[in-house]
Amino acid sequence: MRDPETIAAKLVEGDRLALSRSISWAENGDPRFPETLGRIWEHVGRARRTGITGPPGAGKSTLVNELARHLREDGRTVGILAIDPSSPFSGGALLGDRIRMEDRTSDSGVFIRSMASRESHGGLARASVDACDVMDAYGFDDLLVETVGVGQAEYDVVGAADTVLVVLCPGAGDGIQAMKAGLLEVADILVVNKSDLPGADRLQTDLEEATHTRDIRRDGWEVPVVGVSAAKDEGLEKLLGAIDEHRAHLEKTGLAAVRREKRAQQVERVVGERLEEELWGSNGLGQRVDSALNEGSTAYDIAETILEDVLSGKLAALGRDSKTKAAR
Amino acid sequence: MAKRKIKVLVAKPGLDGHDRGAKTVATVLRDHGMEVVYTGLHQTPEMIAEVALQEDVDVVGLSILSGAHMSLFPRIREELSQRGMGHVLLTGGGIIPVEDMDELHSQGFAKLFGPGTNTVEIAEWIETEVEKLWSEEGAKR
Amino acid sequence: MKQSTHDQSAPESRVVSVNGRAKWEEATAKAKLRDANFTTLSGSELKPVYGPDDVDLDFDRDLGHPGQFPFTRGVHPTMYRGRLWTMRQFAGFGTAGQTNERFKFLLDHGQTGLSVAFDFPTLMGYDSDQPHSLGEVGQVGVAISSLEDMELLMDGIPMDKVSTSMTINGPAPILLAFYIACGENQGVDPTKLRGTVQNDILKEYQAQHAWLVPAEPALRMITDAMSYCAEHVPQWNTISISGYHIREAGSTAAQELAFTLANGMEYVARGVAAGMDVDEFAPRLSFFFDSHLDFFEEICKFRAARRIWARKMRDVFGAKDPKSWMIRFHTQTAGVSLTAQQPENNIVRTAMEAMAAVLGGTQSLHTNSMDETLSLPTEKAVKIALRTQQIIAEETEVAHVADPLAGSYFVEAQTNRLEEEAEKYFDEIASRGGVVACTDAGYIQREIHRSAVTYQRAIESGEKRVVGVNAYVEDAGAKPEIDIHRIDPEVEREQCARLANLRERRDAAQAQAALDGVRAACRDGSNLLERFITAAHAYCTLGEITQVLRDEFGEYKEPKIL
Repeated sequence: MRDPETIAAKLVEGDRLALSRSISWAENGDPRFPETLGRIWEHVGRARRTGITGPPGAGKSTLVNELARHLREDGRTVGILAIDPSSPFSGGALLGDRIRMEDRTSDSGVFIRSMASRESHGGLARASVDACDVMDAYGFDDLLVETVGVGQAEYDVVGAADTVLVVLCPGAGDGIQAMKAGLLEVADILVVNKSDLPGADRLQTDLEEATHTRDIRRDGWEVPVVGVSAAKDEGLEKLLGAIDEHRAHLEKTGLAAVRREKRAQQVERVVGERLEEELWGSNGLGQRVDSALNEGSTAYDIAETILEDVLSGKLAALGRDSKTKAAR
Repeated sequence: MAKRKIKVLVAKPGLDGHDRGAKTVATVLRDHGMEVVYTGLHQTPEMIAEVALQEDVDVVGLSILSGAHMSLFPRIREELSQRGMGHVLLTGGGIIPVEDMDELHSQGFAKLFGPGTNTVEIAEWIETEVEKLWSEEGAKR
Repeated sequence: MKQSTHDQSAPESRVVSVNGRAKWEEATAKAKLRDANFTTLSGSELKPVYGPDDVDLDFDRDLGHPGQFPFTRGVHPTMYRGRLWTMRQFAGFGTAGQTNERFKFLLDHGQTGLSVAFDFPTLMGYDSDQPHSLGEVGQVGVAISSLEDMELLMDGIPMDKVSTSMTINGPAPILLAFYIACGENQGVDPTKLRGTVQNDILKEYQAQHAWLVPAEPALRMITDAMSYCAEHVPQWNTISISGYHIREAGSTAAQELAFTLANGMEYVARGVAAGMDVDEFAPRLSFFFDSHLDFFEEICKFRAARRIWARKMRDVFGAKDPKSWMIRFHTQTAGVSLTAQQPENNIVRTAMEAMAAVLGGTQSLHTNSMDETLSLPTEKAVKIALRTQQIIAEETEVAHVADPLAGSYFVEAQTNRLEEEAEKYFDEIASRGGVVACTDAGYIQREIHRSAVTYQRAIESGEKRVVGVNAYVEDAGAKPEIDIHRIDPEVEREQCARLANLRERRDAAQAQAALDGVRAACRDGSNLLERFITAAHAYCTLGEITQVLRDEFGEYKEPKIL
């Protein structure tokens, strides 16, 4: 299974190895991925995409597991993408979310893939959208994307979903942190997990207050606050109901338009990533920058000259010659 | 093209509950820049192979101290093969007598590591072996 | 111990000692030191020498006499003069019949108590013939799937004369039920049964990981066992609150101390919440600690444990019976300190650790065998381990004096330090919502993991030297010349056959009724141990009983640690 044609064909037939392999290609920026995506593109667009984010310790993985279980009981198939941060020191990552989804491993209607955030900030959102496209084409009814809500990169990931859940839990001043970190702005649904613990009611009230006093959203959606206990399987039906409602709202107000906007963002990401690679990849730009700095130029002066060359087509690397491609 | 990372599955097959070694190795591999999926305890051979498939790992590392390796390891290898994951670097460690290691080698297992092994040695060995696998595959890092 | 600043009687000695101190500091500041870390095994800084300034000791408050609050010096007035520690070697493998033979061997060679090791299927509540058990039957301990196996295990051993410790946790109350039923069948009244079940589920979640159901139902089973035994099996220790596994999982000495005692306090709170008076069950709580290679840190750990527990039980829980204030504990020498390389060296390691346990005042002791890094111990190795204890008892004369190291500036300072570190952990755990919350959130597990990784890094960097592993290493490729104990695959077949036969012979209606009784108790809160005993007599199997528990309570799922 090495070429785009085979992988694409097998994927839409329901071959799990083809699915897994194409996600790897997306993750690694493998040159075979674009063609593969092209070949399965007509099958992309049916799946319902839900992003789940929030601070560490909020119980997201357990929640994702329970959501998956309920969806399965409703006869829906589920693809899960679980994203964990890479170590800034070593570049490696410990991907441990699936430990909380263990009972899904033996379920053939569920597919779970762990992904590390890696170094490049744009790359993560791009790769996760690619992974979701592939799972979508494979045929899953629901896609759940879980990530830790600590930075812009992670917000971009969940922002690419149709519905975003922000999960908080009582204790450790979560409510206030969330508000500070901009998590509230990302949320379509706020979830108070571990609702059996002391402080849950207070957190729920604080969050309701916060969403109430904010300006009405452009799209008119009122963000609900739902209390659940994933570990005890309480409140899940209500949460799924809220997701359904948001979906209905999207469809009423123009889901297609929203998706197109998000799709445009993906184009921007791909272009941006490729540009960066091309620019800094293998045309000696680094050396040129070094020399210019040694001569005493400022960052702006140097940038100016580079941009001039880029825009006037003088930088050879922006040509699509085969030599550069091979060297990548 | 984004940089390719070595992806490793660290698994605890069977009922053995001693995970200190597995978690330590997982941490060390992460410190060496690898992406490590840790399954947690009490995994059946089917579960391990299924996770390896879904995660498209390069390496499967099994940790076992309960003496049940001769029954579990071959079944895991079989399950991996059945899922088209027979190409992975198959390794492991824990309490495995040397004679059993020899037998497992003959069944397709790569190097196995006994008690007291230096974890950095494991990481470096994995790097070397996976590089070999990748260049055979023709993919670039 | 501190010299009074108003001491007028020896002004010259005071002046001399100040000069002495200054001179010593001068000499050591300039001295060349060897290349080593001067810390305890757990990583705590050590001073080169300790003196009166390092410890503020109040004899009555901090030490007392042996057998008196706060029990720092030991729990019995006569300590080992009255009775030596119990030499209790952990054993178990293969079938009940084979283990029975090993028990008789050990009893013949002078062992004074039985300690049963179970195989993984039994530890996890599975019958030998269930799918999960494939390849694991009899490997790390004995397979006990029913009362019939228990009867074979104890065949020919007078249950009113021996004390038996059973290392089992998740399904512990069920195995206890098998034991009680076995005694009854031998004609021994439960009031005569002596022994312990480990039954410490909190440390399973935290360290050993042989769990069954989630925390709340598990804790209820434990309090059911406590209250049943308080009434019917009064000599039985219903729980062995353990630090051994926490330590083996990689914790420091202070963490072992803190987490064990925190778990203990949780059990006490639960017992009280279940309606028992603390003095009803506290005297029967026992403990189980590790004895690692840092000789002095371990001794101080044991002393600190006794003192902390005494203070908590009397002053926090309001226990009135002095027996409630005492920690009685079993010790096992540290398995993780053994090396596969040059295994004979392990005899020496075990001897040091055993000595520390004795000087620390343990009530019973298991010494590891030299070949245990490679497999279960052979007869020869286990005999040497037993002889190690006997030599300490008979030849070193240390058993004649209680708490011989008390009063040492170093020992008292370390004991204090460990107590302080434990208190810090108690505060942290409380601030995070208590032991169960910390365990569910993985806080305790992460602390342990962090210590484990730190230790591993220290060994691999060479900072910490281990003979045979990174110091004085011999031929790396050489196969160890040790006979390895192997389990015959026939064991699994025999067990499965026996189980099939049992299910055919027993009264099916009686067995089903007993299982229904267990289910009813799960729902209505009746005492589960009582129902387990009924089920035992009906020859219900372990797996059948645990399936009811799994159905009713669910299975425990581990949190994300990494």
